[in-house]
Amino acid sequence: MADKITLGYTHVSGCTGCTVALADNYAGLLTLLDKYVDLKYMPTLADARHIQKVDVSFVEGSVCINDKLAVEEIKETREKSTIVVALGGCACYGNITRFCRGGQQNQPAQEAFLPINELIKVDVFIPGCAPTPQMIRNVAVMAYLLLKGTKEQKDLATAFLKPLMALPVQGTACGASTACFCDLMTNVIDQGLCMGCGACAAACPVNAITHEYGKPQGERDLCIKCGACYNQCPRSWFSFDVVENYEAINEAIMAALQ
Amino acid sequence: MGAELGKYKSVVSARSTDKELLKHAQDGGIVTSLFAYALDEGIIDGAIVAASKEFAAKFPSKVMRDNSNWDMIEPWRPIPAIVNTKAELIAAAGTKYNISPNVSMIKEATRSFGLDKVGIVGTPCQMQAIRKGQLYPIGLRDVGDSIALAVGIFCMENFPYQSILQLVEDHAAMKLESVKKMEIGKGKFWVYGKRGQVVQLPLKVTHKYEQPGCKVCLDYVANLGDISTGSVGSPDGWSTVFVRSKIGDSVWAKAMAAGVFETQPMEKVKPGLELVSKLANEKITKNKATVEARKTFGVGKALRNPYI
Repeated sequence: MADKITLGYTHVSGCTGCTVALADNYAGLLTLLDKYVDLKYMPTLADARHIQKVDVSFVEGSVCINDKLAVEEIKETREKSTIVVALGGCACYGNITRFCRGGQQNQPAQEAFLPINELIKVDVFIPGCAPTPQMIRNVAVMAYLLLKGTKEQKDLATAFLKPLMALPVQGTACGASTACFCDLMTNVIDQGLCMGCGACAAACPVNAITHEYGKPQGERDLCIKCGACYNQCPRSWFSFDVVENYEAINEAIMAALQ
Repeated sequence: MGAELGKYKSVVSARSTDKELLKHAQDGGIVTSLFAYALDEGIIDGAIVAASKEFAAKFPSKVMRDNSNWDMIEPWRPIPAIVNTKAELIAAAGTKYNISPNVSMIKEATRSFGLDKVGIVGTPCQMQAIRKGQLYPIGLRDVGDSIALAVGIFCMENFPYQSILQLVEDHAAMKLESVKKMEIGKGKFWVYGKRGQVVQLPLKVTHKYEQPGCKVCLDYVANLGDISTGSVGSPDGWSTVFVRSKIGDSVWAKAMAAGVFETQPMEKVKPGLELVSKLANEKITKNKATVEARKTFGVGKALRNPYI
């Protein structure tokens, strides 16, 4: 189909969990590939593995700056893609790879890992460890509508993607681009915005957040720095224009995947 | 009356036809009856509600055990819990007036509690969290499609637990464990004792104890619930019910057909929708001003605005 968008998938230092999350859309992934997306290259799910010119590239994993090939690959990804999407906690914020100190086999000298945002300009973040199949699906459908949709669909996709496009430029509480529970403390609780709904605790993949007297308490030694809590919080960023139309948007996404 | 009431398909004044249940309910027993009906019909297979220490003692497997010292949990401190039966629902019924982080269980409900069709009750902000979570499920894998019924409750503001302690024990001079019911209505905060005593506080006294996070909230009537309900606008013992989404419409129609509720048209009841609209506008106007004032809070420095 001529109207498809082209997609690439660059895999740097990630555990393949993001790949699995993408694949966990099951039939939805097949519909995406049939109707909307031409998958040009991807180390795990496609024959072609080398980076090509594409409309959208997903990047899984952070970049080991001690690994020449990885650094070259991330730069090439930027040069050859119109839109770069950081997929998952590692690509967005470093996530668990922030804790690497080197010494692991079979590359003991690889010890310094950076989220891709610190090496190249990134357009969209999909945080979370692992990102969820539904979030990947929603962003994929919206990316298609942004590039190929009608005027109305483009407006919707722009509104939907806007907060995810703001994330790469806005920075995080702990400086550089490290996400952690501190983002909730600094940008929500300390700003007098938390009302104790509980969304952060539900989103945390390592159950590091409990509620003490109705307010989130983070066990920061457990935090893996994935950014899920802050981004799931309705008081981190919230668009009435988008969320008040949740029913219509959910229906449109489901209809697109029929 | 316009945007302040959100989108809705219909609005009525209603109360449960279950007289036994009404004894335990806050107003018209809408949330409790609706969930009881939805459980019976298999519309949901469990619901997340705000329970209490007594509930947790009776049904220990229905709450999340964390590292808290459960002996130290105070009366009237809400604990999110999963209920699967009418008896459990009744044991958890009634408004607690301090925030219960119900959304914190939305993922675990579908995991260790094994629910495929989750019901959840919450404040307007919690409905916002749920809908954001369906559109942007960043850490909520497979949760969005499992939310089968989200019931929102009207909310002017909420209190931290310690504020309730202060209001009841210092201002109303009652022990929390001796309180049977709390209520906000007719411009007063009411505390009903188990021995029959009633203390009323002017709402003015309560304002300084409201939680700060509520002051930027721009939703009074839970615009994003499938169904939203609250006492405002309806006569004593009745509740105002907005039916908002397709899911809400379908569940409400089935419940009405099954005789779960008796209703009166909103136009026929006093004080009616005008009061709901008036209070909604008051809240939204006041809080929009707060959001605006945050922009110039410091000297050339703003506080953060969550709304984009």
